Order: sequence, then structure tokens, then C-alpha cells
Amino acid sequence: MLKQSDTIMPSERATAEPAVLALSGITKTFPGVKALSEVSLNLIPGKVTALIGENGAGKSTVVKILTGIYQPDGGDILVNGVPTAFPVPQAAADNGVTAIHQETVLFDELSVAENIFLGHAPRGAFGLIDRKAMTRKAGEILDGIGAGIDPGHKLRDLGIANKHLVAIARALSIDARVVIMDEPTAALSHKEIEELYELVESLRAQGKAILFISHKFDEIFRIADNYTVFRDGQLIGDGAVSDVTEADLVKMMVGRDVSQIFPKRTPDPGDEVLKVAGYSHPTEFEDIGFTLRRGEILGFYGLVGAGRSEFMQALFGITRPSAGTVEVAGTPVQIRSAADAVGNGIVYVPEDRGRQGAILDLPIFQNVTLPSLGRISGKGFLKLAEEFRLAREYTERLDLRAASLDTHVGNLSGGNQQKVVIAKWLATRPKVIILDEPTKGVDIGSKAAVHEFTAELAAQGLAVIMVSSEIPEVLGMSDRVIVMREGRMVAELAGDDLQPETLVRHAAGI
Amino acid sequence: MSTTDRVIPDRLRSPFEQRLKSWETLLLFVAIGIFVANSFASPYFLNAWNLSDATFNFTEKAMIAFAMALLIISGEIDLSVASIIALASTAMGAAVQMGVGTPGLVLTGLGVGLICGAFNGVLVTRLGLPSIVVTIGTMSLFRGISYIVLGDQAFRGYPASFSWFGQGYVWWVISFEFVLFAVIALIYAVLLHKTNFGRAVYAIGNNATGAMFSGIRVQRVRFILFLLTGLMSGVAAICLTARLGSTRPSIATGWELEIVTMVVLGGVSILGGSGTIVGVVIAAFVMGLVTFGLGLLNVPGIVMSIVIGALLIGVIALPRLWAMWRAG
Repeated sequence: MLKQSDTIMPSERATAEPAVLALSGITKTFPGVKALSEVSLNLIPGKVTALIGENGAGKSTVVKILTGIYQPDGGDILVNGVPTAFPVPQAAADNGVTAIHQETVLFDELSVAENIFLGHAPRGAFGLIDRKAMTRKAGEILDGIGAGIDPGHKLRDLGIANKHLVAIARALSIDARVVIMDEPTAALSHKEIEELYELVESLRAQGKAILFISHKFDEIFRIADNYTVFRDGQLIGDGAVSDVTEADLVKMMVGRDVSQIFPKRTPDPGDEVLKVAGYSHPTEFEDIGFTLRRGEILGFYGLVGAGRSEFMQALFGITRPSAGTVEVAGTPVQIRSAADAVGNGIVYVPEDRGRQGAILDLPIFQNVTLPSLGRISGKGFLKLAEEFRLAREYTERLDLRAASLDTHVGNLSGGNQQKVVIAKWLATRPKVIILDEPTKGVDIGSKAAVHEFTAELAAQGLAVIMVSSEIPEVLGMSDRVIVMREGRMVAELAGDDLQPETLVRHAAGI
Repeated sequence: MSTTDRVIPDRLRSPFEQRLKSWETLLLFVAIGIFVANSFASPYFLNAWNLSDATFNFTEKAMIAFAMALLIISGEIDLSVASIIALASTAMGAAVQMGVGTPGLVLTGLGVGLICGAFNGVLVTRLGLPSIVVTIGTMSLFRGISYIVLGDQAFRGYPASFSWFGQGYVWWVISFEFVLFAVIALIYAVLLHKTNFGRAVYAIGNNATGAMFSGIRVQRVRFILFLLTGLMSGVAAICLTARLGSTRPSIATGWELEIVTMVVLGGVSILGGSGTIVGVVIAAFVMGLVTFGLGLLNVPGIVMSIVIGALLIGVIALPRLWAMWRAG
């Protein structure tokens, strides 16, 4: 698969500056898989290094080796040029390596200050925790990164963006020399992302070495100094970001040319399938109403916390609205549970794949058939052959990559997990499919596949609702876009009004 | 993304191969080992009637253990089962005093079991309380009622036709209880492994939120599982009361832990999500054989519970130790 010619050997340039932390010839094998094959990586003080690669390229394995969670089978970890082992996560922390993960590991029931200083709190008399000092120091760190968070608040009262800031503050509190950020912007809104960039820049100015893992090319070019590209566990290339174009990086990453263009569609809306009126919730959203036709893709744009997901979950029967009506194909329906919604042909692909979308410890085929069992079983008794047939039909339509249909979903990459969730719903033959951030945490190759497939579904007459925080995606895919702000619909845009500036203006309320 | 002619196989390993490397296989060898050890240890062991007697050590508990296995796989637990036996038995005893006949007694036992199960189920599914807390509460509540009704008295005078449920033999050494145990095992195996309901139980135990987001009526399934556990406690109450011929409020004391032990020994994850009925069946035999073998050797009851506890920890630690040893 990998041709010798497209492998660029690590250049002299990248090693010219002394790296505070480096990997040299690292190999890591799991049963049946070579996750990393003699890869190298240099992290230089005062530089942001972007680690780029599709899901399954070995990025997470590298992070786990750098943070002492995995042990390499071969090669060296060099701290200031000295080979050092990180046998346990604490050893990595002692060497000033800290990671801010995609899904941050923090404790909801503890205060912000306790989260920041967990494990290394300032001590007072008798070795007890000095709460005053802890709160004061936490406040200083939070102020330093421009976060207006009260250190005394319980973490669970904070939004996702602020939780990220707490995670960053935690990283700073242990005087890290190397900060690893694993897709830190995945859950953030436009404004919050800008604030994060500023923060990364201030960390860089403080001389920290930063490893920045991202799927988004605009942010790589915005923030990174150097890049390192992995593909299938191998180092494909590294160097200065200023020397390459986006197309170069994409080509290195996927090993082929990938069009960044969204699938061309000729929208041909059919009959009305969904009519929502006056949908309200005591706290999350108010007076949401719209109609949706067969073959249409309706985008929902808004900042994080605008109430889009909350509304979608109410429409799917997870939460109860306080007011409002739903009509499916002209017939009023009552949706009191997810089972009701599925029964009425409304299905929901949630943003939180691991917890809500899939059951990770069950095999692929059981995930796919779960909502369809009533249809494909014989009077409540399972028909295994029929299950495999159904699972095969829909996973193959989505070009799923898996060792077998008996593989647990948790062993698949993010993009393939998403395919299983979508296959599960298509197998129920729905009328309306709601996609909530369908490409979040999905690599660029799978992303294009999800887009193409979404367009295909619409072409086949399915009505699609797509919630997305990515402006190119929501504009590239949707026929119409509803913008939400603070739980209300603030605009419904179509045709020439579908401009990035218009979307941002409505979403931010400018 | 071009479509390829690549085909994803259904399975990499055959179901037979998976079964061969399973917990249940290991447990089966343990059971055989104990059987062989017993036959060397006591000359009275290999006797059809003695072996038949031995089954009474586990049949009643196992009936509840099957329902409990489903409940634990779904991520819940019911610690009130032994107290449901006490309450159901007390109710049957009271019915006898009022001159109720055998069919009425059976209905009373099953009815009390169902009501108790429904009570647990409502508290867990409607009020959203943790099942371990709810059933620790009802464990005291149900047995408490028996103590209030009976004090230090006992109900006796069960009709002869009723005794058959605990003392009757269907054919030669095969007791009614053993047949009932086998039939119930079969029903639960089919329910868990061959029906949509069973699949929902696994889905809920692995990820209740994910199951709900997949359109499973999670609370309904949970409620049914509590009903089933209550019902099986009622069935066990009938058998046990019929076998003993009397009801005291201390009947079946401590059984809830023995039943949970049986379920866990059978390979059901206490965290929910995995386990099989076959495993519980073998675990029932293992516990029955150990208790009976030690009984033949005149080992006191306290020592027996030590042995059962050690067995549980040993069998569970063994695969973990094996893996650690192989990993070096």
C-alpha cells in the first residue's frame, strides 16, 4: 500500500533544533496489528507541532506512549536527548509531559480548583490540603489564560468549553514543558476556538513544546509551526508548515488525492414528511417550528449551547417537551420515548457516539439489528441468519471497514463506529434521519464518505436534519439552514443567504 | 470511497471455538473435578438416592438464580429474594389456617412473589432509585412483616398434596423439584439467548443510555425483570415450604447472597452486560456438589460457607492469575 517513493524521510531541518521530547524509531505492536512502525517525532520548545493522520494512523498510540500509558516495543523516548522510559503515567508527568484529551478526564463532583490540583494540591499544616492557597493559585492560573471561571464552582456546573479551559489550567498547574492537545477544538464554538488559539500562542510564547492533534486543516495552518504526518503507523513526512500546502498534507495523509468539495446535489424536495410547531422546553429551547420534505437536507447551525442537540433529543423522545406538536406525513403523532420516535420513522444519530450512539461492547451485527429486531425476528425469537443478512446489507452500503460482523464496535475507529450507528438506523427504514455533528472526531477520508452518503440518502427520498458546528459542512450540505441562538430559532436561510458571514452573524446575535 | 468487492465475514471464530475457550468450559472442568474428588472422598457419594438428595441443595436457589442472572446482566440486582420467600411462605401458611387448598396455596405463593417483584420494580423504574438500595430496604421490610405475623411461632398443617411440590418424585430418583429446575433453566436459557427480550437485556447491561437511544424501552424491560425475580422467589417459596412442611420467619435466611454467589460463579459479570444461563446451571451443580460432599464428610456448616467463599474467589481469580502469569 505504501510506496517507497511517497515516503519522505525525516528531514535534517526538523532535528536541527534541540527537541525537549522526541521519539526515535518507536515501534508498537498489538495482537494482529502493527500500530506504529519505527516512527519519529520531535517536540521543540516554543513550537507547535501538528500531528496529522487519518483515524487508525497511530496518533492515539503515540499520545499514549508519550504519556506513559503504553510501552513501546522498540525505539527510544528522548528527554532532552537522553533516552528515558515512561513505565507509568506518573513518569511522563514527572518529566513535564501533560495531555489534554479529546474527551477530557475530569471529575464532575469536584470543584474547579480541586480538579486543577488533584494529586498535587498545595499542602499546609500536618500535610493537609491548603484550600485557601489552592483556590488562590487556581484563580491565578485561570486568570492567566483569560478564563473567567470561579475556582470554587463544581465542575459539573460548567459548559464543555469551560471544562476544556479547566483541563488546560490543570496542565499548566504541573509546570508542563510539553503539552499534548488531542483535538482540543472538537467540542468548541467559533469564539471559543479563537480563544483557544490565543491560549496556544501564549503557551508557545512561554517556551512550551506543544503537540497539536487535529483533523481541521484551517487550524493547522493557523496555529502550527511544524507538522508530522502519519499513515498506517508509519511516518510519512515532517517539516515546517510554511513549506507545504493543504493539498500536500491531504495527499500525505490519505495517500491519494481527496476532493474537499462537497457532493453535488440536485435537490428535488418531495412531499412534506415532518412538521414541527411550537416545540418548547422549560429551560433548553422555545417555540421551534419548521417543515421538512422528502429528499431535503435541513441544516441546524448555532454555537455550542444554542439548544440544537437538546431540541433534537426532544424530537427523538429522549426528553419531554413542555409544548408543541409533531406531524409525520400529515398525521399528528405523540412522541413520548425513543421507541415512539423510531416507530414513527424518526431516527437520531447522536453526537456522543460512545455513550448514546453505539453499544461498544456488543458486536457490530447486534448493534445494527437492535432497533429492527421486532421486524426481523419470528414472534420475538431471534433469527441469527436474518440478523447477519441485515447487518451485512447496511454495513456494506456504508463501506464499513471491520474484521468481522462479530467484532465489538468499541474496536472500530471513530469513522467506522459512526457507520455502524448510521447503518443501524437505515436498517429501520426511517422517514427522517437526524445527524447530530456526524463528522465530529471523524478523519477526512471517512468525512467525505459520510457527506457523500448523506447526499445519497437525500437523493433516495429520506429527509435529513443535519446539526453541525462546522460552517463549510453545514453550507456545503444543506438546502436550508436554521440558525439557533440561546434556545430560539433566529433565522431560516436558503439560497443566496447561505453565506458564512450571515450564519455567524445570526448565531452570535450581532 | 469506491465500493470494493471486499466482504466482511460474519465471524472470525466459530461459535464452537468461542464456547470451548469460555468460562463455562472451565467451570465444567471444576464441576467434574469436584465430582471425582467427592467419589473418592466418600463411599456414600456414588449412590443414586444420595445424589438425588444432593440436588435439593441447589434446585430452589437456582430457580431464583436464573432470574437473578438476567437482572444482574441488565445491571440491576435484587437482594430481597430470600425475604420474598419468607413473606410468600408466611402468606401461604396463613392461607392454610383459613382452609385454603393446594391450588389456592400455589396461587398465593406466586401472587405474593409477583407483588413483591412489582413493588421493587416500581421503586427502581418509576422513582429512579438504585436497585441495590431499594432491595436492601425491601429485604428488611418483607421479612419484617413475616416476623410481625409469626413472632416465634410457625405455620404448619400443609395438605399432603401440597407437600408433593417439595417431596414428590416424578420417576425413580428424579424429584419434581429437579424437573422443575431443568424446565426453568431451559425457559430462561431460551429467553436470554434466543429472544429479542434477551438481546435487550444484554444491550441495557452494556450501555443503558445507548439502549434507550436505540429505541429499547429500558424501564419496561427492567420492570419485567424485577417481576420475574419476584415470581421465581414465589416458586422457590412453594417448593421450600412444601419440602420443610412448615413456615418460620427465618426461612431461607442468607439465601440472597448464596444466589448472587451462584450467579457470579456462573460467569455473570457483577457489573452487568455478560453471562450465560449454562454458566449458572453449572455453578448450581458446583455449589450443590461441594455442599453435599462436605456434608458427607461431616464438615460443619460454618466451614462449608468458608469453602464456598474460597471457591468463588479462587475460580474468579484463576483466569486473572493465569493471564498475569502468561504476561510475565
